[in-house]
Amino acid sequence: MSPYKVSLKINNLSVSVDEGTTILEAARKLNFKIPTLCHHDDLCVAGNCRVCVVEQVGNRVLPASCATPVSEGMEILTNSMKVRQARKHIIELLLSEHNAECTICYKNGNCELQELSNEYRTGNRMFLDVLKKSAVDISSPSIEKDDSKCIRCQRCVRTCSQLQAVSALGVINKGKDMKISTFLNKPMNDVVCTNCGQCVNRCPTAALVERNYIDQVFDAIYDPKKFVVVQTAPATRVAISEEFGMGPNRSTGKMVAALRRLGFDKVLDTDFTADLTIMEEGTELLTRLKEALVDGKNVALPMMTSCSPGWIKFQEHIFPELLDNLSTCKSPQQMFGPLAKTYYAEKINKNPADMVVVSIMPCTAKKYEADRPEMRGSGYKDVDFVLTTREMGMMIKQAGIDFEKLSDEKYDSILGESSGAAVIFGNTGGVMEAAIRTAYEIVTGREVPFTNLNIKPVRGMEGIKEASVKIKDVKPEWSFLEGVELKVAIAHGLSNAKELMTSVKNGTANYHFIEVMGCPGGCIGGGGQPIPTNMEIRKKRAAAIYEEDEKMTIRKSHENPEVQEVYASFLHKPLGHRSHDLLHTHYTAKKRY
Amino acid sequence: MDNKIKKVDLIFENVDYLEVLERSFKRSQDEIILDIIDSGLRGRGGAGFPTGLKWKFAKNEEAEQKYVICNADEGEPGTFKDREILTQVPDKVLAGMALCGKATGANEGYIYLRGEYNFLLPSLLSSIEKFHDQLKQLNFDFTIHIKSGSGAYVCGEETALMESMEGKRGEPRNKPPFPTTAGYLGQPTSINNVETLVFALMIAKEGPTKFKEMGTFDSRGSKVFSVSGDTPKAGIYELELGMSLEDFVNEFGDGDTKAVQIGGASGFCVARKHFKETVIGFEGIPTGGSMMLFNSTRSMFNILNDYLEFFEEESCGQCTPCRVGCQQLLKGIEAVKRGIKPPSYLDELQKLSETMKLASKCGLGQSAPNPFNSIINNFREEIIY
Ligand SMILES: Cc1cc2nc3c(=O)[nH]c(=O)nc-3n(C[C@H](O)[C@H](O)[C@H](O)COP(=O)(O)O)c2cc1C
Ligand code: SF4
Ligand code: SF4
Ligand code: SF4
Ligand code: SF4
Ligand code: FES
Repeated sequence: MSPYKVSLKINNLSVSVDEGTTILEAARKLNFKIPTLCHHDDLCVAGNCRVCVVEQVGNRVLPASCATPVSEGMEILTNSMKVRQARKHIIELLLSEHNAECTICYKNGNCELQELSNEYRTGNRMFLDVLKKSAVDISSPSIEKDDSKCIRCQRCVRTCSQLQAVSALGVINKGKDMKISTFLNKPMNDVVCTNCGQCVNRCPTAALVERNYIDQVFDAIYDPKKFVVVQTAPATRVAISEEFGMGPNRSTGKMVAALRRLGFDKVLDTDFTADLTIMEEGTELLTRLKEALVDGKNVALPMMTSCSPGWIKFQEHIFPELLDNLSTCKSPQQMFGPLAKTYYAEKINKNPADMVVVSIMPCTAKKYEADRPEMRGSGYKDVDFVLTTREMGMMIKQAGIDFEKLSDEKYDSILGESSGAAVIFGNTGGVMEAAIRTAYEIVTGREVPFTNLNIKPVRGMEGIKEASVKIKDVKPEWSFLEGVELKVAIAHGLSNAKELMTSVKNGTANYHFIEVMGCPGGCIGGGGQPIPTNMEIRKKRAAAIYEEDEKMTIRKSHENPEVQEVYASFLHKPLGHRSHDLLHTHYTAKKRY
Repeated sequence: MDNKIKKVDLIFENVDYLEVLERSFKRSQDEIILDIIDSGLRGRGGAGFPTGLKWKFAKNEEAEQKYVICNADEGEPGTFKDREILTQVPDKVLAGMALCGKATGANEGYIYLRGEYNFLLPSLLSSIEKFHDQLKQLNFDFTIHIKSGSGAYVCGEETALMESMEGKRGEPRNKPPFPTTAGYLGQPTSINNVETLVFALMIAKEGPTKFKEMGTFDSRGSKVFSVSGDTPKAGIYELELGMSLEDFVNEFGDGDTKAVQIGGASGFCVARKHFKETVIGFEGIPTGGSMMLFNSTRSMFNILNDYLEFFEEESCGQCTPCRVGCQQLLKGIEAVKRGIKPPSYLDELQKLSETMKLASKCGLGQSAPNPFNSIINNFREEIIY
């Protein structure tokens, strides 16, 4: 049934839209921009900033266009005198309680409040200063919270409860004292926050930003005693282009070139350890299946992926009873660190004490992960600094590098080679797809039965995906898997994860393997990715990732020659002694608030 | 009593409410609603929406579950009539809710009781228990519960009230959808003030005509007033609507009345020179019941300051025009008083108050400028000097 159409007039132009469309969306159709602040395409309607108000002929008040559905015969004015006056007042009011110090502000140049005041401000402050003093919360290794920059739009609150089902942030007090707070106003590092950074990605101002480590990284680069290697996560290479106004685009080669120009001694790839993860995690899964099916052991199934540190912390807080189900594999970032400071250090003849490992991540939770006490497998802090895609963009700009004009360059070797299976780690369903490509082939000796290796059922933006693969004609050593239908599920965004985990906990789910990514869309929608991020942008980044996969010569993790080399000369075998020491970890239950 | 002020006794009169209900339950929903529409009854909680229409909207919704809510949050400063009604004639309130349930097709009702009125709980609960038994006798399926309020003024606003009932923070929702479409738990809900429900019962008892004959075209019937301030006769009075403020002051003033604040903190302040032409009612100045008289010893600056302090605290804080606007009005008059801002700054603030009226999300921010504008317009010198 096609939806009912509603006709209305906006600024005297007629438009016909589906019933239920908001005035804001209808105006966009006519290419009228209405300013917004609390509205975000990913989130439920709030209607609290009021900057989007419009005039509706015959209405006593000015409705908020983001929160008001169209109705038949409506006449809307988006820029009448009344609207202009109200909008200007609202911006002035926000500024009157704002610590407006744009020139020294982290969000200078990428701030929605600043942009609006650029458009509307005439000069002098209209109103009295009602800014409340507050200290910046820098307790978290991932996130800084500065209430003096907060416009109380509650995007963060909606993000954390609606998309992430964490509800670390909420509203406290009323009236002039209303503000965004944690449980009992505790510091951010002492609450249930997963450090996913989804709130940071949606905060229109500098009230929530990532902890920034650019200066420390530049210091290391310019320290002649330090040998600084950088690793880049899969999802960064399709999003960094956005920082330079080029939209979501494959730009691996340019990114490598830029990092080299920044002065990193070696430019290496987290994709390499993504391939390694598949070897370890795939073997772990097959081992668990064997223990369950052959040895009749009581092993924790379904096994769950562990690449996403926001997801890991979520489990530790919310589903501690399912910690055994998590794969013991460290995330690719944290597999890279200890390998770099042991195997690689030896190979290039460097003292690991002089090495600095920097990672470029789409993620803010990885900052926290690198700080975890378990992440010192090399005897040193395995990963020294974690920068987001955005911070990398800033470094490139500060260094005066014209990103768009760079020619493609290649990663250094070793720890730089990767497969298409690794790059799709960036998308929801990617780890699953990579794991199936390899595990199926190990077990049957044949490639997965999907055209061009593209396992379509695990792809796409649906919140929870399910798929199954029938395993037939296995190699003799895998006979226990003959005829088994491998059942998998995939969730991205923690509210979907919570739904899936609830069914696992209740015993209503019947899977062997579950992939969870903490962020909507997977890492391509990570909290450290360029701002804005929304469904349209996530889809473009995801498409670019799949394109990158298709363009790779190697498409399967186990065929990565560098991975083979590392096993041959150092690790010996997946789940072996060295792997255990360097590449695997354990988890700890945490309190629930 | 002056004959221009007409005392009425509908609300507190003891009536055989069971007889009224028994009769009403035999009628159709439309018949009940038509009588209420015909009577001209408008909500007594402040906004004055036609009660019959509200019931009709709720009735017309198709839903598994509908609700009736009795708004007994009574947070408006200077209003204390709902407390009196719940104390003296609780059964009539319950019967009004059941009547609304019948008319709209709801079988569950809630009383949202102001936190400070928790002392009424034991007696209300026993009234409810008795009432449930009586309904059983009448073979009518309707259950009433009480929810205790959380103490914020804004929770009297109907959608904030429902959020609060759902265990969430009491923040007003976007409208539309209106509660009659999606109210408590997303179900069609008719929410009515305590007094409104009792009037509805009385209209069902006596038919619309008697009610309609009282008051004026826009303001039918009578209304319970809470009279306070500089008056020798503070208290609760049910009066016919549509009287002039002059008549009111002649009756209740202390001979030196300088101004009357009609409708509580969110209402209007009327100066003596306007008493004559000011009608108390929906065509003039509506009120949820509060009438506060001020004599010449009062400083209008202090009065306005108090009201603005109240709003600065009681705004829920979610929307910009109200949260920051209220702070600016308060800080603004203080700055003008102290000479930090010139008197002309008051004109800027009046423009701001227009924005608050137009762009605030709920009635609180939309009406917070009322005392500000009416006091500035009438007593500008007292604010400046
Ligand atoms: C800030 C604010 C506070 C309110 N407080 C009350 C209240 O305490 N009691 C009440 O009946 N209505 C209150 N209202 C009005 C309600 O939103 C609603 O209009 C009323 O309950 C409807 O009932 P009525 O039609 O019978 O008046 C308040 C409105 C606002 C905006
Ligand atoms: S948050 Fe935005 S408006 Fe505020 S100081 Fe920073 S850049 Fe300026
Ligand atoms: S912290 Fe940011 S997202 Fe959250 S309410 Fe404040 S400005 Fe909005
Ligand atoms: S980082 Fe994630 S979990 Fe933490 S407050 Fe923000 S949205 Fe919530
Ligand atoms: S007008 Fe005031 S009380 Fe109403 S929603 Fe806005 S801030 Fe809250
Ligand atoms: S964008 Fe519409 S109210 Fe904030």
